[in-house]
Amino acid sequence: MTPTIEVTNLSKHFGKVNAVNDVSFTVEENKIYGLLGRNGAGKTTLMQLLTGQEFASSGTISLFGQPPVENAKVLQNTCFIKESQRYPEDFRPKDVFKTAPWFFANWDQEFADRLIADFRLPLDRRIKKLSRGQLSSIGVIVGLASRAPLTFFDEPYLGLDAVARQIFYDRLLEDYATHPRTVILSTHLIDEVSNLLEHVLVIDDGKLLINEDAETLRNRATNVVGMKTAVEAFIGNREVLHRDGIGGLSSVTVAGLSESERRDAHAAGLELSPVSLQQLIIELTRTETKEFEASA
Amino acid sequence: MDDSRPIFAQVAENIENDIISGALPEEGQAPSINEFAAFYRINPATALKGVNVLVDAGILYKKRGIGMFVAAGAQEQLKGARRDSFSSEYVRPLLAEAEKLGIDSAQLTQMIAKEANNS
Repeated sequence: MTPTIEVTNLSKHFGKVNAVNDVSFTVEENKIYGLLGRNGAGKTTLMQLLTGQEFASSGTISLFGQPPVENAKVLQNTCFIKESQRYPEDFRPKDVFKTAPWFFANWDQEFADRLIADFRLPLDRRIKKLSRGQLSSIGVIVGLASRAPLTFFDEPYLGLDAVARQIFYDRLLEDYATHPRTVILSTHLIDEVSNLLEHVLVIDDGKLLINEDAETLRNRATNVVGMKTAVEAFIGNREVLHRDGIGGLSSVTVAGLSESERRDAHAAGLELSPVSLQQLIIELTRTETKEFEASA
Repeated sequence: MDDSRPIFAQVAENIENDIISGALPEEGQAPSINEFAAFYRINPATALKGVNVLVDAGILYKKRGIGMFVAAGAQEQLKGARRDSFSSEYVRPLLAEAEKLGIDSAQLTQMIAKEANNS
């Protein structure tokens, strides 16, 4: 089967800046992907390239087996919700929801109405007068109700409060379950979304750092906490991702442990605690930077 | 869903707990994958993986086009497995903590007997 997205050796330079640097990956149909990375890592540029809004400096992109640039057939199956979406002067939310169905064949008005009520979005107020959170909720509603086979959310919830974000996650999961589609969620609120993701792409400094199943990634590390001597004895020659300590106590992040290793750790009086996806990515990003500096 | 084991394993264990407690009775219909996913706020693929652990173990079975059901004898099977690991999961950590505090096994036995009488 053709992957939903296939990217090969993709690069985008702005002058001397390599915003996207020799990136290759595929996105499979009907999975929820997390596109994660720090500010300025290249996430937005990558999504603009994928949706045909920027031209690549080199490399190839295929969406549904075709190049996306000026390709109506591809783009009508794609929905890109941007952090800073602009609307025509004098537009009101109701105008957005009137025009959105023109662009999305699968638009579900009933679902949109339900979301408008969930988010308590005032339909008749001028968009200019809306709060940052209300503006974001318009994007979230369009992204969900469009039910596009490929949907990108680029930091969709600037200004959304915790309640509204939870509504977004819950509605996304519910609707994805009944209408499976490919979703790419770009965010820096990693911990909030980590359980929703099936696959994780981490981009750092324009390069693709991690391309892995979320479950595998989650099991890649564990925190081992206990008396310094016991912790050191247990970790032996293992690769250490992070090391912390206070007084005689030591907390060390190591690669994932097997069931028998976990038992050994418990027997040695050590405590094991999870490493969140967010923490893991911070530590892996940091390690990679060190390795990069060492080799440079 | 926040201990350090894989999420799918935690989902499987939660379903097991519901079968052991009788919340999910034998021959009763289990919630669907999508219901589990929404309830635990996890990706449906993760929920499916957790449910499949129990399908492979014969705890749940699928009826084509209807859904998933709890197998007959599932409760006893799960209780048996939990009994087998009771010693390593509960007794050994209890002994380790007691030793740390200088409670010997005679004192510990007394404490258990006393608590059992009180409850």
